[in-house]
Amino acid sequence: MGLNDQITRDGFVTTTVESLITWAQKNSLWPMPMGISCCAIEMMAFGGPRADSSRFGSERFSFSPRQADLMIVAGTVTYKMSWVVKKIWDQMPDPKWCIAMGVCTSTGGMFRSYPVVQGIDLFLPVDAYVSGCPPRPEALIKALMYIQEKVAESKPQLINLGKDSGDIRRSDLIVTP
Amino acid sequence: MALSNNDIIQVAKAVAADVSVVEHHGDLTLVVKAADLLDVLYELKDNPRTTFNLLIDITAIDWAKPGERYEVVYFLSSLANAARLRVKVGVHEDALHLPTSVDVWEAANWYERETYDMYGIIFDGHPDLRRFYMPEDFMDEHGTPLYPLRKDFPLMGIPGSLPLPPKD
Ligand code: SF4
Repeated sequence: MGLNDQITRDGFVTTTVESLITWAQKNSLWPMPMGISCCAIEMMAFGGPRADSSRFGSERFSFSPRQADLMIVAGTVTYKMSWVVKKIWDQMPDPKWCIAMGVCTSTGGMFRSYPVVQGIDLFLPVDAYVSGCPPRPEALIKALMYIQEKVAESKPQLINLGKDSGDIRRSDLIVTP
Repeated sequence: MALSNNDIIQVAKAVAADVSVVEHHGDLTLVVKAADLLDVLYELKDNPRTTFNLLIDITAIDWAKPGERYEVVYFLSSLANAARLRVKVGVHEDALHLPTSVDVWEAANWYERETYDMYGIIFDGHPDLRRFYMPEDFMDEHGTPLYPLRKDFPLMGIPGSLPLPPKD
């Protein structure tokens, strides 16, 4: 059977490898559920049947940071906990994204006091902030969709630039046009 | 059968003369001297009339006044009598020491560590008096240990006393 016949029978799509990769990436974001306090309950609702994050390919909460590419920080991050959050973030392979869920995570929220980090962007690169105390699951889905848009606009690098993986910075991998 | 406040006061006064009593809407508080503290606690637990066998919490109050600046509070419960009781003891700011009550109730271990961590009150004889929530080296730039629930501790903490991971 010639190529012509096959194309006639099966149809075809033209695309680039890059857009194929970003398409796959954005529709299979595996969240690392960094559920530290009450916001985590709404994060569970986000994965549950009503809000159903599997519609966006994100139902697979990854309890191993090594298999996750989206960290949802849901809860009050104290100074003591910040080192743990950072350690888990560092274990996630690039490319990776971060959602700060809830006012506590975004700004310290109502906990304007000595043990609470006044916003996790003091030590993490945050891609999306979700307001609310706690935010509704729909708001978290909005953040997820925003991350998906961001992934779709990013340009994946397919080679590791000839460096040790430890030497590659996040910014080398994600080139936002 | 029911344990009345008068019974509790009688039991406590039998072992320590200097016990003052505060009653508020039927809730009883005994204020004891530090020297009598362990005697009173042991008696309240072991006396068959009171049997305060459950230690609910230990905490402190900083009254921000000279002299007896702190007050350590013991919250007791008697399961058999369904009774509750507060025992308070004043602590002078120049002598932040109290005897440990770990020998009375095992549960006192962590409560005393927490009280030490937050107020700097030292419980003599405690088996493992380390900080509870805050890092071991929680101190200001002069090396003075910080106790966050004291009234002179700033609400937002002291910048630099708690490190954050570096941002890359
Ligand atoms: S934002 Fe509100 S719900 Fe979320 S962790 Fe903070 S206090 Fe809890």
